[in-house]
Amino acid sequence: MRTAFIDTLCELAEQDERIWLLTGDLGYSILERFANRFPSRYVNVGVAEQNMTGVAAGLALCGKVVFTYSIANFPTLRCLEQIRNDVCYHNLNVKVVAVGGGLAYGAQGMTHHATEDLAIMRALPNMTVIAPGDPVETRLATRAIVNRPGPCYLRLGKAGEPVVHQTPPAFTIGKAITVREGSSVTLISTGGMLHNALQAAELLAQERIQARVLSMHTLKPLDNESVLAAALETSTIVTIEEHSLIGGLGSAVSETLSKGMPKGIRFRSLGMPDRFADIGSQECSRRSYRLTPQGISSAVQDMLSHRC
Amino acid sequence: MSTESSVDFALAIRAHALRMVHRANASHIGTSLSMADLLAVLYSHVLRVDPARPDWPDRDRFILSKGHGAAIIYAVLAERGFFPVEWLDTYCQDGSKLAGHITAHGVPGVEVSTGSLGHGLPIGCGMALAGKREGRPYRVFVMLSDGELDEGSNWEAILFAPHHQLDNLVAIVDYNKIQSFGTVKEVLELSPLADKWRAFRWAVREIDGHDHKQIESALTSIPFEPGKPSVIIAHTVKGKGVSFMENQLAWHYKSPNAEQLKQALAELGLNK
Repeated sequence: MRTAFIDTLCELAEQDERIWLLTGDLGYSILERFANRFPSRYVNVGVAEQNMTGVAAGLALCGKVVFTYSIANFPTLRCLEQIRNDVCYHNLNVKVVAVGGGLAYGAQGMTHHATEDLAIMRALPNMTVIAPGDPVETRLATRAIVNRPGPCYLRLGKAGEPVVHQTPPAFTIGKAITVREGSSVTLISTGGMLHNALQAAELLAQERIQARVLSMHTLKPLDNESVLAAALETSTIVTIEEHSLIGGLGSAVSETLSKGMPKGIRFRSLGMPDRFADIGSQECSRRSYRLTPQGISSAVQDMLSHRC
Repeated sequence: MSTESSVDFALAIRAHALRMVHRANASHIGTSLSMADLLAVLYSHVLRVDPARPDWPDRDRFILSKGHGAAIIYAVLAERGFFPVEWLDTYCQDGSKLAGHITAHGVPGVEVSTGSLGHGLPIGCGMALAGKREGRPYRVFVMLSDGELDEGSNWEAILFAPHHQLDNLVAIVDYNKIQSFGTVKEVLELSPLADKWRAFRWAVREIDGHDHKQIESALTSIPFEPGKPSVIIAHTVKGKGVSFMENQLAWHYKSPNAEQLKQALAELGLNK
């Protein structure tokens, strides 16, 4: 996803001189392609995320569209107040990009697990929150946020995520993409969980359970319409996210359902419990949180057979 | 403009600030008074701003990073015609545009909202960097408090500015030597402050922050060295101009009652 992001950003920067890129000294071997082409619009601010975000705000106040880039929690939580006060309160054109969302850096330890970022960014007024489902959505999202005035958080995976969309889908911020049609259950995923959600749907099909799959790339503003339509049409909803169960996709969807919940709807959120993750590969962690295709599929079957 | 005019201006804005905090029963009069002379000279002789065009792209930028000193900067902007003087009566009132910590929303002339400390200098660096890289003529002035320099984010920016040769950036430290719980010396010593900035490769000048000639001389000599950001360490007195407020920690918090307001204005030679 990070390659899809930087290649798209370079294409956009060619056309749009407002675009700047700041990094907190991370992105080695990735960001050089921007730095070499647009040196006057690139700054490695050093390992100083608070200053990076403040500098971004200052540039945005001078009319720039500024991307801040780092990994895991560094571009969000380390400089949260700068994002809140400097960027969001002034409603500035600063796009915060985190690489390694979720447990992409699983074996690196807790400091590198970005697992509360969506909840925290979602709570900030004026902030748009996007977690693309695959490299294709990453390209589309990067284009879309440049054209959307105001602050945005773009949560990416890392590298090597499978391509889900064989042809580019229509992409609108705040509008879920229906990746698979189905009538008995809706799987709503965000970020890089899309691939596993789709594979889970294939496993469920073998059990004659037809699952709809929505890629909820935008967590805020949430596509309430698609959520409520799914509730009405499939009556069972499962959210899937590599994030704490507090405040992320599951919370956002349940907030929507609680306002307009039709009767008899079953809902469950899959994600991480309220504790720090163990050290381990992304794959290992996903197994323990039932975020693999098999885990998702069995959770859905449990629900449909009233075992949970 | 003569120094005399900035002296009169300083008196006028001090009086406004005193009346505003009295009316609102608000805090932070001490910090407003300590930087009154610095602001008076800045807005009389230095800043290239135009009240008729507050968004003029090549205007100089002024950021009040010590956002709790809002009262007196609102007074400055009203006196300079950025908005009606009557607005000052609404300071800290329900539904007002003028918050106790400086707020830019709907207030012409205020560049940035602050209040949490340690935010202004990084933003100023961003503005200065944009100007530098695009060859724009504007300068960026950031007013810092001494207590504010406890915040690490400032030191990130203090490292950043010389690296990028931001000689269009000027930091002014309102060094009144009193912070929230006591003197700077007691809470978290900054001394030797000038040496610290020098070690970070800034061009430094120390002045008496109440002497208008010294203030004007410093502010009209920037950059002090080409290729370097400038810092003015202004030695000031918290509560300056009102004898019973000067150097008194309590006036970081207290609001003058009617009797105290009368006495303060009398001391300034403004009997009202």
